[in-house]
Amino acid sequence: MVVTTTVSDADEHLHCTFASRYARTSLPRFKMPEGSMPKEAAYQIVNDELMLDGNPRLNLASFVTTWMEPECDKLIMDSINKNYVDMDEYPVTTELQNRCVNMIAHLFHAPVGDDETAIGVGTVGSSEAIMLAGLAFKRKWEAKRKAQGKPYDKPNIVTGANVQVCWEKFARYFEVELKEVKLKEGYYVMDPVKAVEMVDENTICVAAILGSTLTGEFEDVKHLSELLTEKNKTTGWDTPIHVDAASGGFIAPFLFPELEWDFRLPLVKSINVSGHKYGLVYAGVGWVIWRSKEDLPEELVFHINYLGSDQPTFTLNFSKGSSQIIAQYYQFIRLGFEGYKSIMENCMENARLLREEIAKTGKFEIVSKDVGVPLVAFALKDGSRYTVFQISESLRRFGWIVPAYTMPPDAEHIAVLRVVIREDFSHSLAERFVSNIQKVLKELDELPPRVSTKAAHVTAVTDETQKDNADQPHLKKSAMETQKEIFNYWRRISDKKTSGVC
Amino acid sequence: MVLSKTTSQLDESVHSTFASRYVRHSLPRFTMPENSIPKEAAFQIINDELMLDGNPRLNLASFVTTWMEPECDKLIMDSINKNYVDMDEYPVTTELQNRCVNIIAHLFNAPLGDGEAAVGVGTVGSSEAIMLAGLAFKRKWQNKMKAKGKPYDKPNIVTGANVQVCWEKFARYFEVELKEVKLREGYYVMDPEKAVEMVDENTICVAAILGSTLNGEFEDVKRLNELLTEKNKTTGWDTSIHVDAASGGFIAPFIYPELEWDFRLPLVKSINVSGHKYGLVYAGIGWAIWRSKEDLPEELIFHINYLGTDQPTFTLNFSKGSSQVIAQYYQLIRLGHEGYKCIMENCQENAKVLKEGLEKTKRFNIVSKENGVPLVAFSLKDNSSHTEFEVSELLRRFGWIVPAYTMPPNAEHVTVLRVVIREDFSRTLAERLVSDIEKVLQELDNLPSRVRMKLAGSEETAGKHDDVVKKTINDVQKEITATWRKFAADRKKTKGVC
Repeated sequence: MVVTTTVSDADEHLHCTFASRYARTSLPRFKMPEGSMPKEAAYQIVNDELMLDGNPRLNLASFVTTWMEPECDKLIMDSINKNYVDMDEYPVTTELQNRCVNMIAHLFHAPVGDDETAIGVGTVGSSEAIMLAGLAFKRKWEAKRKAQGKPYDKPNIVTGANVQVCWEKFARYFEVELKEVKLKEGYYVMDPVKAVEMVDENTICVAAILGSTLTGEFEDVKHLSELLTEKNKTTGWDTPIHVDAASGGFIAPFLFPELEWDFRLPLVKSINVSGHKYGLVYAGVGWVIWRSKEDLPEELVFHINYLGSDQPTFTLNFSKGSSQIIAQYYQFIRLGFEGYKSIMENCMENARLLREEIAKTGKFEIVSKDVGVPLVAFALKDGSRYTVFQISESLRRFGWIVPAYTMPPDAEHIAVLRVVIREDFSHSLAERFVSNIQKVLKELDELPPRVSTKAAHVTAVTDETQKDNADQPHLKKSAMETQKEIFNYWRRISDKKTSGVC
Repeated sequence: MVLSKTTSQLDESVHSTFASRYVRHSLPRFTMPENSIPKEAAFQIINDELMLDGNPRLNLASFVTTWMEPECDKLIMDSINKNYVDMDEYPVTTELQNRCVNIIAHLFNAPLGDGEAAVGVGTVGSSEAIMLAGLAFKRKWQNKMKAKGKPYDKPNIVTGANVQVCWEKFARYFEVELKEVKLREGYYVMDPEKAVEMVDENTICVAAILGSTLNGEFEDVKRLNELLTEKNKTTGWDTSIHVDAASGGFIAPFIYPELEWDFRLPLVKSINVSGHKYGLVYAGIGWAIWRSKEDLPEELIFHINYLGTDQPTFTLNFSKGSSQVIAQYYQLIRLGHEGYKCIMENCQENAKVLKEGLEKTKRFNIVSKENGVPLVAFSLKDNSSHTEFEVSELLRRFGWIVPAYTMPPNAEHVTVLRVVIREDFSRTLAERLVSDIEKVLQELDNLPSRVRMKLAGSEETAGKHDDVVKKTINDVQKEITATWRKFAADRKKTKGVC
């Protein structure tokens, strides 16, 4: 267990870590070091470097959970050495996964009978879940086309341009064409009418998002379902729907229970949700649920025959930790329906507070909607003096990480700041954040605007030369061109961040 | 943060957990419960159910690490809330990943100049790493065939039948045909000659395994490279090699440094290794390394533009925990070359102790080789009265989990027991296992054989009618053998656990 020859120096263990020679040497970055070092030194070095990472709880960019109760932390640490895939060795952990799948399936109104088990699986995140769901659709569509004797080499999928990057990955890696419905200013989700228009006989499914990454909006899945049902009647193509409920799946059932977006709509065949977003678990768990057995082609499922039990598996990853699955089950039984509802209501309340305070500054336009994921996305009313990218940079000084993004096509001229309200973003933190934003605005107001100064310089030059009366139209063009150059230069520097962080 | 209305009854917080009403109710299994329960109760209930899981450290089936130093546990817990994919928010964590990639690439002798960054990525395990590597090969091959104006709709990959299940997954999910070189009794890895024979113009790559799951053997990658180079000269197909070094990648460089299996062989274009096996990290981390930029088609890489930095990413998973990457870096700098070497040597030594202990019982054939992953695979010399599956069952009573497997085609009649020697399997545990196995053998010897009893019964009734009876005995014997074979087959665990 403990390596016997780690200590090369006889009296090394006497030195406190920072007195030892390890604090003096630079660690190799490209090659493995030749000798071992004491574990205290290794711990200290790694720990100290990591101090320069951002503070996860002040990372307002991410939907992913950053705080859990200490009891759950203990469960996580106790199961950190359990390899989740060893179903035979860890039957209880496997059963906990199955219980979670059933609970989530029922939450989404899957048409399962009382004793029937739901069809679904735990994944590492929504990316894996989406790839599995997409694979199922692709395989079903191929089988249908083969039976009809039609070509099956050009599958496509219809989504909005606001999709998270994992859909693009799915399309590229599994060789499916991505047909994106473009956005427009003021409408930042997929338009159901346009989506249904784009559906053709090669469409394997239409993917709707419940909780768009950019503005937190819920797409109108019900309307999509109605339009698609009509089209299916005329064409006979039987195109299904997948709902990417990565964020919204654990919000809508508690806050908006009458909103029909899940298996209550007959065309919805699979849903994915991130356990590590509003499922309130640390990063590393997602869930995909199918409506029924028919929606998951048997050929994709691998059967591993263990002593006595047959366990079907359908995941991309094999060995992985069990901790997050156990943590998800903990949250389900610890909080229950009532608990999740209370937490979501708190988040909405804090989002509302933040939204009101930000609107009060008078400088921002609120881009996010009231109904949706609890987040606040806001754009500058007047972006000529300074940009949202500068605000984002300045907020970093206070410790806040607030990302600034430009929208995807066709609304790339809109840039927003986005604050995600997670469970652990309390009222007091919201107030502090608002006061910091006000400070930042004040500072930026007092700074001479970077663009205007340069433009002023340019006009000065042209004024002087104008007195010479030489080449007037030429000079005017120069000023314009230079201004354009400057705009472009600054836009390039404040690099875009469209679909990076989920 | 803390819910304000968790306790529905005022005096609830007074009860100790086992006095409260929560241990009296059965938890719902299919629907989410309506109400919340106190966190102590939730913890206790789950903790208690989990007591009935196997003990990870006594799970001798798995290669995956089950023990790390407490200092590392602390680092893991501190970073459990960091979402690894937030490269901009956690630049140090991202840099630690890059350092690990570079260190491992150098360990595998990737042809990199000084200061040149290696091409590779951290994954959730070897499954994801293999899928990424396979995708890269598939795309490169498709581009090559398109450029030649040839059809590119039927790609295939050549491997041995001893491959781990993730290769079958890759083949099925990414629509690549899997051409398997069958095994035979006594030869349980991929035969390089047969493999090269199977290569055709649609082969995207040949996958060799360093550390076969079943018996820990290293495949002869060097020979494969030589044969394939010759074939490539005549055909011009330029078929390359991928080495699945899931287990062997962190063993060979320390114990067999002269063994040429990695990027020293020119046809090897990518390698995967599991950080959570002999990389000595808990489950949840693997690494995929490419020889050079040319071996990873640019079109597969997504560029995420963050403020100021461009980070290329090529993974199937997006959000995931950072803990294992940090733990891997900790191990690499904490142990260094010397540390890993010592641990691997200890593992080999303990494997030897176990092997010799088993040989002394004179009841077992050792199926695993000396050179390879430190594990001992053994089968009963005489399995007519009792099978390896029974040995495995009885060992469970002592707490040991030792799996019994049948070999893949064409050696399905061979059944083995396998014990993997991990870092935390000390010599004392090895000696205890041997003595427990001896106890089990003694018990089995005293038990009447289940197969023999049935045969004896049928002999008595058959004595009366000769001809018909003879057929009947044969038939009955066949039936019984068939039933037991089916029973054993139903319980077989060929490629389940890696």
